[in-house]
This record gives sequence, C-alpha cells and structure tokens, in this order.
Amino acid sequence: MQTPIATGRSVTGIPTGRLAVWWIVGSEIVIFGGLLMYYLMLRHKYDFWAESSEHTNTAAGALNTFILLTSSLFIVLAHYYAERKDHIKSFKFIWFTIAGGLGFLCVKSIEWTNEIMHGYTITSQLFWSFYYTAAGIHAVHVIAGMVIMGIISFDVLRQKNMHRVELIGIYWHFVDIVWIFLFPLLYIAK
Amino acid sequence: MAEHVKHEDHHGPEFYIKIWALLLVLLVISVVGPMFGHRILTLITAFGIAIVKALIVAGWFMHLKTEKKYIWYMLMTMLLMVFMFFLGTASDAMKADGNNWTNEAAHKLIEQHKGSTGEAHKP
Repeated sequence: MQTPIATGRSVTGIPTGRLAVWWIVGSEIVIFGGLLMYYLMLRHKYDFWAESSEHTNTAAGALNTFILLTSSLFIVLAHYYAERKDHIKSFKFIWFTIAGGLGFLCVKSIEWTNEIMHGYTITSQLFWSFYYTAAGIHAVHVIAGMVIMGIISFDVLRQKNMHRVELIGIYWHFVDIVWIFLFPLLYIAK
Repeated sequence: MAEHVKHEDHHGPEFYIKIWALLLVLLVISVVGPMFGHRILTLITAFGIAIVKALIVAGWFMHLKTEKKYIWYMLMTMLLMVFMFFLGTASDAMKADGNNWTNEAAHKLIEQHKGSTGEAHKP
C-alpha cells in the first residue's frame, strides 16, 4: 500500500501530518475563541447572567476536568510508548484515553439530564443557551477524538502509522485546554 | 522522512505523571480559591490558573516547548484574530444603547428578566 504524503514529507521542518493538525488546532482556536469572546460580551452586557450561572454543578465540572486532565496524561504516555515502538502499551493507553472520554460524556449526560429536569434548557435563558452550545460543541469534539483514537489504535496494534498517536494526542490536548477555559467560565464565575 | 523528525525532549512517564499531579494541584486551587468570595482572588485562582494550566498542557503534553517556533506564531496569530474580531464588534454588541440607536431586543430581554427574578425556572 502506498504511504500517505503526510507520513513521509517534511518540507517545513516538521512532518506534514503534524503541521496539518496544528492548522486544525489554529482554526479551532478561532471557533472556541469566538465562543469565549461571546461569553465576555454577554456577561458584561447583562447583569442577570451571573444569577443564571449559579445553578451549574461545580463538582461535576471539577470531576470532568480531572477526567480530561488524566486522559491527557494517558494519551501523552501512549505517544511516549509509540515512539519507542511498544505498540501493546501504546494501544492500552489509547484505550485508557478513550475510556476517559467516555467517562467525561457520562458525567456530562448525567449533569445535563439533571439540569433539563429542573427546567434549565437551551431556550430557558441566555446563559443556558451559551452553556449548552459551548459544552455541546466541546462534547462533539470529545466524541470525534474518541472515534479517531479508536481507528488509530488498531493501526498501532499492527505497528502501522505509529506517528498518528502523536497527531491525535495534539488534538486531544487541545480539547483538554478548551475545557480548562470552559470550566471556570461555566462553573466557577458565578 | 517524517518518522525521523521527532521532538527533542525525551521525558519519561515519571515526568509526565509529575506534570499531571501539578495540574491536579492547580485544579484544586482553582476550585477552592473562589470559595472565599473575594473578586480579585476568584479572577486569579479561576482564570489566572486556567491560563497557567493551559500553558503547561500546551508546553509539556503537546510538546510546544520543543516544537518549531513558527507553530507558536501561527497559533498566536489565530488568537490575535479572535481579539480583533472581539474589538471590532464589542463596542456595539456590549451596549444596549448608543448614539442615535437603541437595541430594543436587548432592553426587552433585560425587562423580561427583571420580571422573573427570584422565580423558579419552569420548563
């Protein structure tokens, strides 16, 4: 099978595949940065924003931050072992990371179910519109990362395209960084 | 070949576990700090620490510390673009009134909320 160009070319000093992931991260900065700026604008414009945000569950937010930070550790370890051609350990840590993503989504779904049952829906107030939009877009990124990791893991098991562990790692750490900023905005600044 | 272009740092698992432990300590501070109810302390512990945590993850876990410098410039340019969009729209979007204009929808929203303050949310 022909090797993809992104695997074998490095005209910019870094592999083309990695450069492409950095461009994805760059475009994601604009997407999530725009959301955060939107938060700043509305928070300053409407005094009632703070009152609405009082009802979020800080413990659930902190638990999810813990889960994502831990999953970031797992994927960096998967990358470490992939570079050392230890495909079994790399495969194992990729699946620990996927489990972390699954744990994150479980906590989020419990949290959302509870909030919706209390009447805090996406249409109930401006804060809740932001909350569900921002956390929802983030959750979609978590799901995308989990799917990509699942696909990559089986290549790793066959000792193929091991460098892709690093690429998905960069993406996953970025998803973690986005949550690091969403956590104080949604759960702490009340 | 790409396989041979690797990051220069060769930290072991122990190092990454230490970084993770540091991130957890910072997480605890960011949760406990705002409990004191002091505005400045909240800003520092919640948002200041978020920036520190993000830089640690970017620097050590994403290996940006050993990445080519132009990647930093690229990411910073994106961030600058976000701030430019913000500055371009914030002067209007953050106000409900201005010279010869008023945002009726914003006023309506504020009035609506005044009427519902203290009431339980109904689905």
